[in-house]
Amino acid sequence: MASQNASLAADSMVGEESLGVSNGKLGMWAFLVMDAMTFAGLLAGYARLRWTPGSDWPLPIEAFGFTGIQLTALNTFILICSSVSMVHVLAEQMRGNMERAKKWMLFTIFGGLVFLGIQGFEWTHLIMDMWPYLFDEGYEAAYSVNFAATFFILTGFHGLHVSVGVIYNLIIYLGLRSGKITKDDTSVVEIAGLYWHFVDLVWILVFTFVYLI
Amino acid sequence: MCTTDAKRIGVLYLLFATFMALWGGILSVIIRLELAAHGPHIITDASFYNALPGMHATAMIFFFIIPAFTGVANFVVPIQIGAPDMAFPKLNLAAFWILPPAAILTFAGFFMNSLPEFGWTAYPPLSNSVYSPIWGADFWVIGLILVGVSSTLGAVNFLATVFNMRCKGMKMFQLPLFTWAMTVTSFLILAATPVLTSALLMLTFERMFPGVFYFFNPAGGGDPILYQHLFWFYSHPAVYIMILPGFGMVSEVITVFSRKHIFGYVLMVWSMIAIAVLGFLVWAHHMFATGIALEIRVGFMFLTMLIAVPTGIKIFSWLATMWGGSIKFDTPMLYATGFLAMFTIGGLSGVVLASVPVDIQLHDTYYVVAHIHYVLVAGSLMTAFAGVYFWFPKITGRFYNELLGKVHFWLTAIFINVTFFVQHWLGMKGMPRRYYDYDPAFELANMVSSVGSVVLFLAQFIFIANMLWSMRNGKIAEGNAWKDGFTLEWQITSPPDHHNFHHEPYWKPLIRQHVGPDQPGGLWHRYDD
Repeated sequence: MASQNASLAADSMVGEESLGVSNGKLGMWAFLVMDAMTFAGLLAGYARLRWTPGSDWPLPIEAFGFTGIQLTALNTFILICSSVSMVHVLAEQMRGNMERAKKWMLFTIFGGLVFLGIQGFEWTHLIMDMWPYLFDEGYEAAYSVNFAATFFILTGFHGLHVSVGVIYNLIIYLGLRSGKITKDDTSVVEIAGLYWHFVDLVWILVFTFVYLI
Repeated sequence: MCTTDAKRIGVLYLLFATFMALWGGILSVIIRLELAAHGPHIITDASFYNALPGMHATAMIFFFIIPAFTGVANFVVPIQIGAPDMAFPKLNLAAFWILPPAAILTFAGFFMNSLPEFGWTAYPPLSNSVYSPIWGADFWVIGLILVGVSSTLGAVNFLATVFNMRCKGMKMFQLPLFTWAMTVTSFLILAATPVLTSALLMLTFERMFPGVFYFFNPAGGGDPILYQHLFWFYSHPAVYIMILPGFGMVSEVITVFSRKHIFGYVLMVWSMIAIAVLGFLVWAHHMFATGIALEIRVGFMFLTMLIAVPTGIKIFSWLATMWGGSIKFDTPMLYATGFLAMFTIGGLSGVVLASVPVDIQLHDTYYVVAHIHYVLVAGSLMTAFAGVYFWFPKITGRFYNELLGKVHFWLTAIFINVTFFVQHWLGMKGMPRRYYDYDPAFELANMVSSVGSVVLFLAQFIFIANMLWSMRNGKIAEGNAWKDGFTLEWQITSPPDHHNFHHEPYWKPLIRQHVGPDQPGGLWHRYDD
């Protein structure tokens, strides 16, 4: 009996927080630091390859063909909008409007999917039309192939993050719909929001480096 | 196997690490046997030999030392801060279970007869698809990415645990030094490991899509030096990932066995932080011979030498802790003091290598091998032994056999020197590292080194036998097994119960004096069961 009481007492201690933020939030911040460093490594590689003598880097505005920078700018706008709608999810949840929170969550997921769709379209166009040397050995690369390599690894790694984020958000949505996430568990949505905003922020960096500069 | 209890996961880590240490040890013994005398001996295939040093290093660094420290920390850190478990128990288990598949992938080349021959550094162009067009190399790279994922997940967990799960009353500057060491190490892992991951990702793409992706291959406008920068941005901090937890363990051992509080606690913490920060600023000292600008080399030389300052502070603090204490020389203390003496040799040869002109001379010679082994074997391995012997009674509830422990220590300490000390001489005479054969003039010293390595390897079975036997038959250990332990883990039963504490502990800073537990003002923290 005594040991049972002891283990009950011990169980009640699980999740005690000394900083006043939840473990999950702290863990997500730590994870994001890690993730930021991975992107930093890839961006450092990009910078080194681009700003090296004789790199023959193409002008991004010419390198993307008809999808152009405009389409990706639109895509960036969509991703930022989905970040805004993520803020609404949390705000509505805190107000207790769970129905509206669910709707905003759907909107966020939709934004992520549209982003991925446009990116897939862009990749297809680039691989098929612009950079045929990628798959056909007969073609000569018209300029530094490092441009394509850094482009694919940076946008691809980011796209992977968006895909994970969409699945993550979907899980949160299902939790909201089944009632497992109530209006009091704001922490869960907040942590998912941290991840989603991070993905958004990194995209702004990637977009600036790869497309604009 | 599926427990989420940090203590059990810690033991899993330790078992895995022991297994990998034996594996890495066997590889090193094969290398040394081949080099025992001039000319080919036990290995007829030079390219097989060529792969061994890289595989040995991979096993020891990524699958032995780092997991071994993580294992001890999983057991000890939550208890030292008065927490019932780690912050994310399931993540903890996942981080462990990534390791065995990662190990299988990394060493898959052994089963497929396609061993990567580019060493543990995997410098392109040697590691690209032109020079290493083998499956084993692809698996090796992917295995290493997985290890990185595992250790970053672990680091996230440790940081959340230490920052957020401390018991009431415990402030950051009251943490035990081992916990502090794990905190600083976790920051290092968090900031450094992903950069290696990014480099390995680029390498994978370059290998998988030859002719399409050029990051490091100069033929396609890539830059092999870029890889080295990214690689060492991780791998230099990695040597601190491999020694800081050891520093923490030694701090615990020396305080308990000197029966005194640590000398200069705050300075000890700050010097660890300084080592970590400087650890990020010195990576290019591995690249002095690559032709980077002289100004850059001089800057990195200066920063590298600067690391000796906080390290020196730690060494002198440990000595000052022992000064005037009533020292007990049980096995953990022997290992801690042995570490102090021998790590100093490794540190000093590091200062020698930090000097640009000397490094150009000694680059890729056995001197570097001697240096890294004095740091990692006489440093990380000996501190790991200190820690495992020290917490063995806490982990199992029984004492190990003291006589066997001492025999193990003396054999290890003596034969580390027999094995590695002559390698300084070999390096200064110009014997290159990683070579299959050498000038006959180096034969005697190589023989000495090889004999040393065999004895050193065999001596480790004493440790394993001792641990296995004592787990069942050792003398029963009480909660405060060493009688003088004053951190929280010594205030609970050995082995600890499921959630460590029966009721919520609180931490009250006491003035640590040299008196017993029953006397007021002693060095014990309060946890009344």
